[in-house]
This record gives sequence, structure tokens and C-alpha cells, in this order.
Amino acid sequence: MKKIIAITTVLALMAAAWTGCGAGGSSEEKGADSSQTVATDGSTSMEKVIGFLSEAYMEEHGDVKVTYNPTGSSSGIQAVAEGRCDIGLASRDLKEEETEDLQGTVVAIDGIGIIVNPDNPVADLTLEQIGMIYTGKITNWKEVGGSDAPVVLIGREAASGTRDGFEEVTGTKDQCQYSQELTSTGDVVQTVSGNPNAIGYASVASVNDTVKLVSVEGITPTTETIQNGEYKVQRNFVLVTKKDTPLSKAAEEFFDFATSEAADSLITEAGAVPVER
Amino acid sequence: MEKVKKTVKWLEKIMNLLFLACGLLTILFVILITIFLVISGIPAIRNIGIFDFLCGTVWASTAAEPLYGILPFILTSVYGTCGAILIGVPVGLFCAVFLAKMAPRKIGGAVRNVVDLLAGIPSVVYGLAGMILIVPYVREVFHLPDGANLFSAILVLAVMILPSVISVSETAIRAVPEEYEEASLALGATKTETVFKVILPAAKSGIVTAIALGTGRAVGEAMAVMMVAGNVANMPKLFGSVRFLTTAVASEMSYSSGLQRQALFSIALVLFLFIMAINLILGVMTKRREQND
Repeated sequence: MKKIIAITTVLALMAAAWTGCGAGGSSEEKGADSSQTVATDGSTSMEKVIGFLSEAYMEEHGDVKVTYNPTGSSSGIQAVAEGRCDIGLASRDLKEEETEDLQGTVVAIDGIGIIVNPDNPVADLTLEQIGMIYTGKITNWKEVGGSDAPVVLIGREAASGTRDGFEEVTGTKDQCQYSQELTSTGDVVQTVSGNPNAIGYASVASVNDTVKLVSVEGITPTTETIQNGEYKVQRNFVLVTKKDTPLSKAAEEFFDFATSEAADSLITEAGAVPVER
Repeated sequence: MEKVKKTVKWLEKIMNLLFLACGLLTILFVILITIFLVISGIPAIRNIGIFDFLCGTVWASTAAEPLYGILPFILTSVYGTCGAILIGVPVGLFCAVFLAKMAPRKIGGAVRNVVDLLAGIPSVVYGLAGMILIVPYVREVFHLPDGANLFSAILVLAVMILPSVISVSETAIRAVPEEYEEASLALGATKTETVFKVILPAAKSGIVTAIALGTGRAVGEAMAVMMVAGNVANMPKLFGSVRFLTTAVASEMSYSSGLQRQALFSIALVLFLFIMAINLILGVMTKRREQND
């Protein structure tokens, strides 16, 4: 009897919600003192970098609050253009029409390493080969100079920033034929190290020696080759600001901090590569 | 004297209220969770359309034109759970028979301790063990390119449901009156015949409860299957990478936004209804057993 009552209650609630929902809208509160708040908005891939930077910054400047709204690069750029945030975050370079009123400053570089099992003889791939492997056009390692074995594609979950970056650079957006979608870099490395046929991708900083880092078009990913752009599987993390309107004092200080040498170790810690100075 | 009595009375009253409050608190939590899930789960279903949501075969939540079909997850959860029951229940049941009827006291005690230990292992440890032991093993034995698939998940889930299946069915088997067994043996039946033809049928309803409990556990498991199932939103294949209802929520929740996030809540709602249905069956079973006793 009790169960029946419980079920009826749930069903009644569902019916009620069905008819009368939409009430649970979004009434986001703005910071009380906006002069002491630095609002950032944009790329979900930059979550870690911005997280490390803002945390360290707020620790030193107790009165300043750095907020981060993960909406995606394009909406971040739009937000800063419309003045809805102080600093926009983009994990791609600005397009030409966007540079009219906006200024992009590279804060860090995201280097994505292509990893295979140490037993795999393949040591170098071209960008095109990587794209063909991940879209399922190449399914056997012998087609790229390896042994006669099927390729096992290891990737990240759909919402991952690393996946977003990888698919963007290799031109495989929404076409990858993954056989595993894992939820952390560590899982990817672990899985690739346990399967001789696997290929995966991970931030270069988090690759260890249980897997083999493949060079891309002859270039091995190192801090130098990523900084000078020779290594291709990379993209810029960009801070976007308005050209004509100056930043608030707090935002400017945070901006200077993020682009200073002091931020380099934080950026490395967050798994990205600092820019060359 | 009078005074002491009065204090005791007061204390009684306060404690009574405290017990009542704790009881109500539990109910409050259930109601809150239900309301929360329903309110946050319905909008996306309305937006996507209940048919497209429940029967759509493609989940591409971050694509340029997102698709939110959760049929692959529903089927994977159903198949995975059934598979785990198919493997886990016979093993657990026979283990329970052994514990209740055959085991020498000392060995029985040891086995029971191990079973309790199995129940206490955190699911992430099951997942890790599955990832490092079962996945490579499955890959080699079945000559697959990759071992992270539905089959590996079923194996892990089968082990995970063992403790509840064993302990509930052991209790049920012990509850069968000794006279049944003695009468069967006196008529010349062997011990095996007695187990299969007398004891297990008599303990039937308790065993069904055990199965329902195991089902609940298997349906709700997220962490362990996330680590061994591959997590690609394919329609389920035994040796293909699959994603469960639970892992669909868990793997995307941390980054999601907008309709995608709402859709994840809707998946949670579907999962909640699944668990409710299983609990309902469990409740009916237990009631029937009480009436039989």
C-alpha cells in the first residue's frame, strides 16, 4: 500500500512538473561589488589553466574574486564583445573579423601528445594519417608501417577539452570511431599502456614512460617544439579583451599576472605549455 | 522522587521527538530527491520529445546538431544487468546452498567472512581490478582488438552482486523447515535431489528477493562499469564498447551545460524510475513471502 502511495506521489509530481515547469529558471546573481570581481567566460578546455591561475591569484589578493563561466570559445568571445565579462577565453585564435574590436593574447599552448603502446613499432605519423586512423579509414597498423594488427582507438568523453582540441587540429570533429571513451587522462594512458594495439591522445605534460609518444610529421613534442609551433597537434589558449574599452583595475592586474613569467609554473602544472618570452 | 520521575518523563518525550525527527528526515530526503529529479528531468524530455529521447538510437550530445537518444543506454543497462544476473545468481545460489547445507562449520565461517569482505570492497576497486585484470584477459581469450566491452562489464557486475545474492538466499534456504529435508532424505532422495527438488523450491520467494536485490545493485553501479565498458554510446553488442545509463550521467556531468545537462538529469530520472520499479517488485515479493510464512 505504502509503495503504491509512493509511486502515485511520484507520478503526480511528474504530471505537475510536466505542466508547470520552466519555473526553475536561471536567476544568476551578479557579484555585489563588481569592481572587485574579474569575470572570465569561454572555453571549457581552459578550465584547468584558468582554475590554477585564478586560485593562485585569489590566494594573494583576498579581496578580488575571479569567476569562470564555462560556455565555449565562441560564446566567450561574444560575451567579451558585448561587455558581459571582463576577459573572454578562447581555445582557438581569433578570426579576422573578430580582431577588429578584440585583442587576443596567447596565455598558454595546449600540446596534445599522440601515444601508443611501447611495443608498437610505429614511431611517427602524419596529421593526415592520424585523421584517417581516427575516422576509421585506416584500421590496421600495417597501413602506417606497423605490425599486422587492428588499431584500437582510445579517446576522451564528448565534453573533454583535450578531445575537442585533438579533433579540431586533426579535422575529425564528430567523426571519430572510438572504441573507448574514457573520462580522464590517466585512464587513457593506463589503457594504452595495457593494449599493444591502442592509440590515444593526452596532454603532453601528463604522458609518462609507460606509453610511447609518437612524433607527428617528424617532430617530437617537447616544450620547445610546441612553443615554436613545429609540433602540429597543438592550439593556443587565448585571453580575449576589448580594444577600445580599458579593463577594470582588478581585471588588468589579473591579466598581467596571467601573462607574466610568474604564471609559467602554474600553467605547466595545469598541463599546458607556457608561451615563449 | 517526584522530581526524578518528572525528569525521566521529559527525557522520554524529548528522545521520542528526536527519533521522530530522524525518521521524518529520511522521508524528507527521499521526497526532496524525487522532486529534484522530476523537476530537473522533465524539461529536456519535453524539449527533445519523449519518443525521440527514449527510442532514439544516437547519442551525440556535443555534436553541432546534437542528438539525444538514450535507447543504447537503456538497452545496455538491461542487457548488462541480465547478463550479470545470469552469471552471478547461479554462482551465488550454489554458494548459499553450500554455506547453508553442506559446509563444515569452520570452512563455512571462513567463506562467509570472505563474502562479507567482498561486499565491503569499494566499487572503484572493482573497476580498477577489472581494468587491469579482466579487460586484457578478455581481449586475449576472445582475440579481440580491445577488451573493454559489455562482456567485461557483465563479469565485473556478476562479482559485485554476489554478496547480496549469497546472503539473502542463504537466509532463505536456512528458513526452510528441517522436516522437509529430513522427509525427502528418508524417502531415499539423494542430497542433490533434495537441494534441487525440495529446498530450493521451498525457498523460492526468498531467492527471488535475492535476485531483485542483485538487479538493483547491478542497475545502479556506475564507477566500476565506467572503467571496463569502454563508454562509447553504441547500441549494445556483447563484445562492443558500450555505455550504461549510470555512466552516461557520470561521464558527461562535469562539463555539460544547457540542454545536454538537462538531458543528463532526464537520464537520471529514467534510472530512478528503473530502480523504483525494481524496489516495487522487491516489496511485493517480500510481502508475499511474509504472507506465506
